[in-house]
Amino acid sequence: MEKQWYTISVYSENHVGLLNRISGIFLKRHINIESLNVSKSEIEGVSKFTIVVFTTEDWTRKIVGQIEKQIEVIKAYYHTDDETIYQESALFKIASHLLFDERQIQNIIKEHNAQIVTVNREFFALAKTGRRHEIDEMHDALLPYGIMQFVRSGRITVTKAAMPISEILQEFQEN
Amino acid sequence: METLKAQKKDSKSQKAIRITGAEAIIHCLLAEGVDLIYGYPGGAIMPVYDELYKFQDKLTHILTRHEQGATHAAQGYARVTGRVGVAMATSGPGATNLVTGIADAQIDSTPMVCITGQVTRSLLGSDAFQETDIVGISTPVTKWNYQITKVEEIPEIMAKAFYIAKSGRPGPVLVDITKNAQFDELDFVYEKCTAVRSYKPVPKPKSSSIEKAAELINSAKKPFIVFGQGVILGEAEAELKALVEKAGIPAAWTILGLSAMDTDHPLNVGMVGMHGNYGPNMLTNECDVLIAIGMRFDDRVTGDLNTYAKQAKIIHFEIDPAEVNKNVKVDVAVLGNAKETLGQILPMLDKKEHKEWRAEFDKMYQIEYDTLINKDIYPTKEGLTMGEVIEQINVASDQKAVIVSDVGQHQMIACRYAKFKQSKSNITSGGLGTMGFGLPAAIGAKMGAMDREVVAIIGDGGYQMTIQELGVIFQHNVPVKIVVLNNDHLGMVRQWQELFFDRRYASTVMTNPDFVKIAEGYHIKSRRVTERGDLQEAVEEMMASKDPYFLEVKVEKEDNVFPMIPSGASVSDIRLK
Repeated sequence: MEKQWYTISVYSENHVGLLNRISGIFLKRHINIESLNVSKSEIEGVSKFTIVVFTTEDWTRKIVGQIEKQIEVIKAYYHTDDETIYQESALFKIASHLLFDERQIQNIIKEHNAQIVTVNREFFALAKTGRRHEIDEMHDALLPYGIMQFVRSGRITVTKAAMPISEILQEFQEN
Repeated sequence: METLKAQKKDSKSQKAIRITGAEAIIHCLLAEGVDLIYGYPGGAIMPVYDELYKFQDKLTHILTRHEQGATHAAQGYARVTGRVGVAMATSGPGATNLVTGIADAQIDSTPMVCITGQVTRSLLGSDAFQETDIVGISTPVTKWNYQITKVEEIPEIMAKAFYIAKSGRPGPVLVDITKNAQFDELDFVYEKCTAVRSYKPVPKPKSSSIEKAAELINSAKKPFIVFGQGVILGEAEAELKALVEKAGIPAAWTILGLSAMDTDHPLNVGMVGMHGNYGPNMLTNECDVLIAIGMRFDDRVTGDLNTYAKQAKIIHFEIDPAEVNKNVKVDVAVLGNAKETLGQILPMLDKKEHKEWRAEFDKMYQIEYDTLINKDIYPTKEGLTMGEVIEQINVASDQKAVIVSDVGQHQMIACRYAKFKQSKSNITSGGLGTMGFGLPAAIGAKMGAMDREVVAIIGDGGYQMTIQELGVIFQHNVPVKIVVLNNDHLGMVRQWQELFFDRRYASTVMTNPDFVKIAEGYHIKSRRVTERGDLQEAVEEMMASKDPYFLEVKVEKEDNVFPMIPSGASVSDIRLK
């Protein structure tokens, strides 16, 4: 079976050991987590893990089954890129003198729709939100001029289809 | 914790009592109906042991000689009773010594609650004396675990622990309790847990899949059932029997499914898997509908998946959705508790006999009997066989004993030849294959079923891994019958070395001590048999004993267990010799 990118969305209770449990499921199958984000979700008190993996659908399905089996997990889904709207964020720290010495830098900022977050005498910080390849392109464009620091966040995703967690919780309560 | 709250029943009627966390733990255990626990004290769990001392009229604590023994004893107890087994240990090495038993309980779906002491909260993460991250260590091998650092958490977490361990597909739960939480006081009220918001232990059966399954079974010409421990855990033995009899379907068991159906039932065709019976393995690849009930298509059952039952439509009755399509792609999955789903499908099934199909199993059995079973259990060669010992036990116990086995050749022989008339009677380490399981598990099994005979069948290798538990048998006069089948080798590994490693017997030859003398050292009645002529009488003497009894049988050193599906081969490549 062919490997591709899958985004796994996990709705769970906010439990201290759960990240360890979930990461262990990937670890024991040698599946690398390409990106991980944990945040609150649309439901109060419910956390959402967004995990990106590059593997086969069969493995993804089995992993989702194992994740869903964990006591604190309410529901887990997996989706392909086509089925989701997804973004990542990045921050670039660049020496301030470059902004004046290298005219091209201002063009890069404009072309890539990046934001200047802060500027001081030593450095300025740029924020860029977009898909992985868009961030990579901006990174590559800035690289020849020197990047002091670079960081990229995990992917965050909303799906085109509904994820009816409230209904599932309701059903759990009734049973 | 706010989001984790278990649903609670109306608690207005209960009055809170002001007690320490340590005493609260005892009250939680009593409220869960626990009257027997296994464990080993130490610094970080001492406050709880102090309470155990005060409550010894209500709660019996058995001091095993090693924490691993406590887990296996708790497992043996759980497997024979269907109740939650409880093991307790201190922090650090006490806790880490539990890990093998926890992993065993996880893979064999055994309900168990392990309680460990932990260093006081302020010392956590400081590499304190006997501090170990047992929650981190046990995470991959527990169904759930939790570290209590505040006394107020005790009742709720303990209630959740028992609920999670027992409900749905059972498993081990570990609760780690820091010492400060044991010393501190709380206003104690206990409410049993009946639900956890994010946890759905038993999926609701879908009538559409039950109908589909019934259609497939009714139209099958060569249906074949493989049942596992799910039948025992779901207490679906009567439903299974009714289904098998009505639809006339030959049924085989996985090693953990053994005893869910009488071994002498005419439709019980034997064991599947690596050392299972010839017919069930061969005919797996000839049936047209394979009905898997409460089993998980373990690799020791399926052999090579690419050649496993490819011709058949497969129906999977299963409680755990993660097991469906995990190893074998199925045509119909019937999720739910086996008792419920089998009960629902039963009225939809046509009455059938499948005489010709059943005759194929009989034919295969005859081949297996003539080639090896006969020689295994009624040998004429000089050396004693493991099979004849098991057969003697069948006869002397009238097939009523609980048989606890360890891991290796003797285990396969015991599971092949032991006969059962009652469920929950075969206790063995199936999934993890834990050598050393047998002796402590037999102690737990006996204490869980004092009215039954419990016979532990153990090899000379595994016996020495937990031999120290003879101390428990002696101290508490636990009347288990211990049979060591001694071939002076690690027999199963030696067999593989013979067959697949050109007889290079690397570290499988054992120079053994005098096992009879060791048993005598513990004041346990004991006997050694080296001649066939003495076997029957020795087994009878053992079974008649009211006290614990140790029997060593010197068996042929280099016997092999057959049939055998070589590792990674197809079930139909099963070898009879």
